Amino acid sequence: MLIYLFDNTFDGLLTAVFDAFFRHDEPGQLLTGGDALPLFADEVHEVKTDENKAGRVWAGLEKRLRENELRMITISWLSEDKNLNWPLFRYVCKVFHAPQDEACRIVQNFADEDVLTVTRIAEKVTHEAHRMLQFVRFQKAKDGTYLGVVSPDYNVLPLATDHFRDRFGDQPWLLYDAGRRYGFYYDTRSLHRIVFDGDENFDLRDGSLQGDMLAEDEMLFQNLWRTYFKAICIKERINPKKQAGDMPRRYWRYMTEMQKKPGSV
Amino acid sequence: MLSENVIEKLRILTESAKYDVSCSSSGTVRKGKPGMVGNTVGGVGICHSFADDGRCISLLKIMLTNYCMYDCAYCINRRSNDIRRATLAVHELEEIVMEFYRRNYIEGLFLSSGVVRNPDYTMERLTAIVRDLRTVHRFNGYIHLKAIPGASQELLNEAGRYADRMSVNIEIPKEESLKALAPEKDHRSVFQPMHLIQQGVLENKEDRGKLRNVPRFVPAGQSTQMIVGATADTDRDILTMSSSLYAEPTMRRVYYSGYVSVNTYDQRLPVLKQPPLVRENRLYQADWLLRFYGFNVQEIVDDRHEQLDLDIDPKLAWALRHPEYFPVDINTAAYEQILRVPGIGTRSAALIVSSRRFGRVTSAHLRKMGVVMKKAKYFITCRELNAGYNDRIMGVNEIPAAVLRQRLLSPAVQKQLAAEQQGTLDLGIE
Ligand code: SF4
Repeated sequence: MLIYLFDNTFDGLLTAVFDAFFRHDEPGQLLTGGDALPLFADEVHEVKTDENKAGRVWAGLEKRLRENELRMITISWLSEDKNLNWPLFRYVCKVFHAPQDEACRIVQNFADEDVLTVTRIAEKVTHEAHRMLQFVRFQKAKDGTYLGVVSPDYNVLPLATDHFRDRFGDQPWLLYDAGRRYGFYYDTRSLHRIVFDGDENFDLRDGSLQGDMLAEDEMLFQNLWRTYFKAICIKERINPKKQAGDMPRRYWRYMTEMQKKPGSV
Repeated sequence: MLSENVIEKLRILTESAKYDVSCSSSGTVRKGKPGMVGNTVGGVGICHSFADDGRCISLLKIMLTNYCMYDCAYCINRRSNDIRRATLAVHELEEIVMEFYRRNYIEGLFLSSGVVRNPDYTMERLTAIVRDLRTVHRFNGYIHLKAIPGASQELLNEAGRYADRMSVNIEIPKEESLKALAPEKDHRSVFQPMHLIQQGVLENKEDRGKLRNVPRFVPAGQSTQMIVGATADTDRDILTMSSSLYAEPTMRRVYYSGYVSVNTYDQRLPVLKQPPLVRENRLYQADWLLRFYGFNVQEIVDDRHEQLDLDIDPKLAWALRHPEYFPVDINTAAYEQILRVPGIGTRSAALIVSSRRFGRVTSAHLRKMGVVMKKAKYFITCRELNAGYNDRIMGVNEIPAAVLRQRLLSPAVQKQLAAEQQGTLDLGIE
């Protein structure tokens, strides 16, 4: 079987598609450096990521697919899920194998395993991006910046920033991925991708800023919110299963209302 | 700056507001505007948290005051109750809304109030707050405002210019039951403000057709709620009311609120150990059938079935009563027919219809598309349905309905029924 090896980048995957067409190959698997080669790998082609080739493949996709489907491809890639590589590679190949005006039809065929897998993974990523809109909690710092720390499974911050820009256009905020250790800072005019040079000045485990860095009334509003959260519950209907189903526990440690803080009632 | 006692007021006024179940921020898409804070996302809205009771927290749901001159039997805030009362100052409420919003705690505000002095006085205070939020605080997020029955048309008209959604609760579907529990209310007092709001929306639509830049009036329409289990009213009474409400162009959502025994001393009310949660859930399922599955209310409840079956969902119940409708051929039937198959939802029905243009859809495909084959297999035909099963599947037309019903009960219900037969059921749990 012919194995394609690539560097696990998006451009790399598109280059692999380019190579497969250029060399008239039909690879039986697409693997990355870290994957173990199967024993029966009798031939290996190492894909050399090439921006130019990748760009040509992308341009071809743009001709054949609609906005929605292109977006779905980029969204699926944010999953950083290795199980996506092979189905996505085949998905893109299928788009090019189909006659040009047929391409946007075949990607509607959810009986096709690759279409279904890529769509499902994109849905999962979109779902988690929505959870950012739901569960991000901002704390107000002394300098007026609102800090929101999260640690999503997928790399979804890029999908959340448009929403927060539109909603909180008049306040500076920093949205930070504690797992991937990067964030987006919005200064009320434009958005900047940032990484800290040294340690972050907040606790990566729960996102909390140190007391002396908080705005003066921050603790009061946190306590008001925790009070509200307790008071709104109808105890005759207690339902922890539904609660954890709709708001998975892995998000809780960054959420104000789930944190126990002194002064909360 | 807020004083510390505002925490206590917030607690009291939240506890007074929490039995109103509506909390959704659905129905309006409004982009951010320069110089303002906030937007609304449309669709089903955003739930920012889930309380320990599993309910969505989207809006800050609160009463301006829980003093009330009325004495509705089912309400925690009725004047004869000896509970702690509080009133938030206007600036306190506004500041809490803005600060909560900026921290992404909430989508906006759901404001209601007990009736003090008279309906107009109360409505005027509510209106002043939403006006302030929009014009002084430049708040562009979601606002759901309760309309106080009996308030004047002028006030409702003004409030509607600032609110995304307005609501008046019916609470009890049959008028005689309502009058027995809330002597100061009748259906007219509920339907009149509903009607006025609707009129406002329709007139606004007309104005907007002629002139651009007319602000929208209650763009997310109205909602209402009915209490379930406080009276003898049947599911048929409830759903018939819902269905006629949905025929109105501005009614978007009817909520069902399982009665929580708050005023156990009142002889007119049943004493329930637990709110009727299963029944409430079945009503929501039936409501979905009305809104998204093309069912009409007589198909769900009728003379012979005045109450929904608590053990199976209303769509399955309908299917078992109508074997003649099946089997549905997945590869040829219309979308609407496929939607009627138990175990197939709107999402998988759409996937099926989209995919079968490329070739025949098999049972393996169905499973991957999220169809619950455990249920659906009795009601469909498709290629190779029987592959993957040891015995040939008998359809709904070959198995007596009662037997099939038994087979399709959820494991939890089956266990419960078995326990009931042994007389060991603990009635305290769901
Ligand atoms: S008018 Fe409203 S707040 Fe007052 S008692 Fe009746 S339901 Fe409760």
